[in-house]
Amino acid sequence: MSLTPEDVSRIALLSRIELSPAERETTREQLNGILGFIEQLQAVDTAGIEPMAHAVDVVQRLRPDVVTETDRRADFQAVAPETEAGLYLVPKVIE
Amino acid sequence: MINSSLRELSAALAARKISAVELATLFLDRIDKLNPALNAFITIDREQTLAQARAAEARVPKGTQSAGAGNTPLAGIPLAHKDIFCTRGWRTSCGSRMLENFVSPYDAHVVEKLAAAGMVTLGKLNMDEFAMGSSNETSFFGPVKNPWDTARVPGGSSGGSAAAIAARLAPAATGTDTGGSIRQPAALCGLTGLKPTYGVVSRYGMIAFASSLDQAGPMAKSAEDCALLLNAMAGFDSRDSTSIERPAEDYARDLEKPLTGLRIGLPREFFGAGMDDDVRAAVEAALAEYRKLGAITVEVSLPNSGLSVPAYYVIAPAEASSNLSRFDGVRYGYRAPEYGDLNDMYSKSRALGFGAEVKRRILIGTYVLSHGYYDAYYLKAQKIRRLIAADFQKAFESCDVIMGPTSPSVAFAFGAKSADPVQMYLSDIYTISTNLAGLPGMSLPCGFGAHGMPVGLQIIGNWFGEARMLQAAHQYQKASDWHVRMPEELK
Repeated sequence: MSLTPEDVSRIALLSRIELSPAERETTREQLNGILGFIEQLQAVDTAGIEPMAHAVDVVQRLRPDVVTETDRRADFQAVAPETEAGLYLVPKVIE
Repeated sequence: MINSSLRELSAALAARKISAVELATLFLDRIDKLNPALNAFITIDREQTLAQARAAEARVPKGTQSAGAGNTPLAGIPLAHKDIFCTRGWRTSCGSRMLENFVSPYDAHVVEKLAAAGMVTLGKLNMDEFAMGSSNETSFFGPVKNPWDTARVPGGSSGGSAAAIAARLAPAATGTDTGGSIRQPAALCGLTGLKPTYGVVSRYGMIAFASSLDQAGPMAKSAEDCALLLNAMAGFDSRDSTSIERPAEDYARDLEKPLTGLRIGLPREFFGAGMDDDVRAAVEAALAEYRKLGAITVEVSLPNSGLSVPAYYVIAPAEASSNLSRFDGVRYGYRAPEYGDLNDMYSKSRALGFGAEVKRRILIGTYVLSHGYYDAYYLKAQKIRRLIAADFQKAFESCDVIMGPTSPSVAFAFGAKSADPVQMYLSDIYTISTNLAGLPGMSLPCGFGAHGMPVGLQIIGNWFGEARMLQAAHQYQKASDWHVRMPEELK
C-alpha cells in the first residue's frame, strides 16, 4: 500500500510535526520507500507466534511507597523555555 | 602515552610517572589540535575536566598494581561520553537542535558509575541525532570525519566516540547501541566496542530512542580495555525498570584462558551475497587465525535474520515516536520562536527542533502504531522478533559464540547513502538481529580493506556471555596487532 498526501497530513498531525507543502511530498515518497521495504514482513507466516515486546522477560518491580526524590524544581525548571512562579508557561488553552 | 592501554595508564598513574591532571591535559591538547578537523566532540570544558582530574589525583593508588586485571584501578584515567548520556553541569545535546542548550540537572547512571571509579570526563561526543543514523551525517552539529580518511564517515550513531578513540583524542568512550551503534562505528574506525546483554547496563539518564533495544556499552582500543570499563559500567539500578538484578561479574576473569575447543558458529546468512569482498577476506583471515588458536568453526543458520532490518524499522520507530513525544517545547528543549495556539507550538517546535531523519522515524512510528495498522505492522514485527530471537537459541545449541562481519562494507564516503534511507538502514544488516534478541555483541578490528579502511569482526554471545566474548577477542588481539594501529598522520 502507499500513502496519500492526506495520509501524510494525518500522520504529521498525530505526530505534532508541522510539514510544509514541499516537505509533505518528499516525506510521502520517503515514507512510501520505507513502507515498501517493511512490506516483506507480511509474507511471513507468524500464526501462533507470541509477539515479543521485550528482549528479556522481566516483571515490573514494586518499591515501598515512600518519597525518594528531593525537591529540585528550580533545577528542573532552569532548563525550561518559559516559566513563571514555578509554573510552565504555554499558550492559553481554555478561553 | 596516547597509545597506552588502560592497564598501562593505570600503572603509569600509580607509579607517579604521570599525574591525572597531566594525562587529562595531554588529551585536551590533542583535542584542541585535532578535533576541528574531525568534529568528534560537541562540548569540551577544560575547566570541568581539570577539576575532575585534580579530584581524581587523591584517588589514584600508589605503587604497584593489585593482582588481577579486573581489579585495575581506573581512577585518574580520562574518557569521553557520547552526548546521549546526561551529565550534570554539562550540555547534553543528543546531537540535536532540540537539546542544543540543554544542561542536564542530573547524571546518567553510567556517568555516575564511571565518575565513582575516578574516571575523568574529557567532553561530550558527537553522534547521529537522537542516535538515529549509521554515518553520523544526521547530527545537528555536523558530521564526524573518519580519522582514517576524512572524506569517509566514521559510522554511527556513536561516530564521535569511535573517531575520538581512533584519533587518540581519548583512551576510551561510552557508546550506545540500538541497532549497531557501538559495533558499526567501532568496525569502521578500527576499534573494539561491546554492546552488553540488554539490561546489564542501566539506561537511567541515557536519552531514550527505542527502549526495548537501547543498551550502553564501552568503546576502546582493545577487548581488555572494554572488559575493565564494563566492570565499572554494569550493575543493577532500580531507576531503570529493565535493569537486571544479578551478582556482579568480573568481565576480565577469562581473558587469559586459551581458546582450545571454543565452538565458533558461522551463520551462513552472514556469509552470503551482500558482503564486500575486502570485508570477506579480512573476516575469513581472522577465522583462520581463530582455528590456529584452537577454536573450531561450525556452520549455523539464522534463517530469519534477513527480516531483522525491516522488523527493526517497525519496532524502533514505534518506540521512538512514543519516547520522543516528551519533546514538546514546554519542560525542556527547543521552543519555536513564533506560534499560535498550544498545538501549533508543539508542531512548530518539533518541526524546527528535529532533523529530517528523526522526523521520518517519528512519522513512521506514529503510522505503524495508529488505528488500523497496529496489528499489521507493529504486532507482526514483534512476532518476527520472536522468530529471530529463537533462531539464535537454536544456533547456540551447537556453538559458544557466533562470528561474522560487523558491517557489509568498510567506511563509505559522505553522501554515499544519505539520499536513500533504506540503503542507509541496510548498513546495519549484521548487527540489528542481536538487539532484537537482546544478546551481547561486539566488534573488533581484524584487518584493512579497500582504501586502507579498517574491517571489523563481529562476535555475538548468548545472554550474559560477555566474559567469553571478551576472552575470544582478547586472545585474538594477543595474536594480532590490528587494534593498536592508528592513522599515521595523527601520530
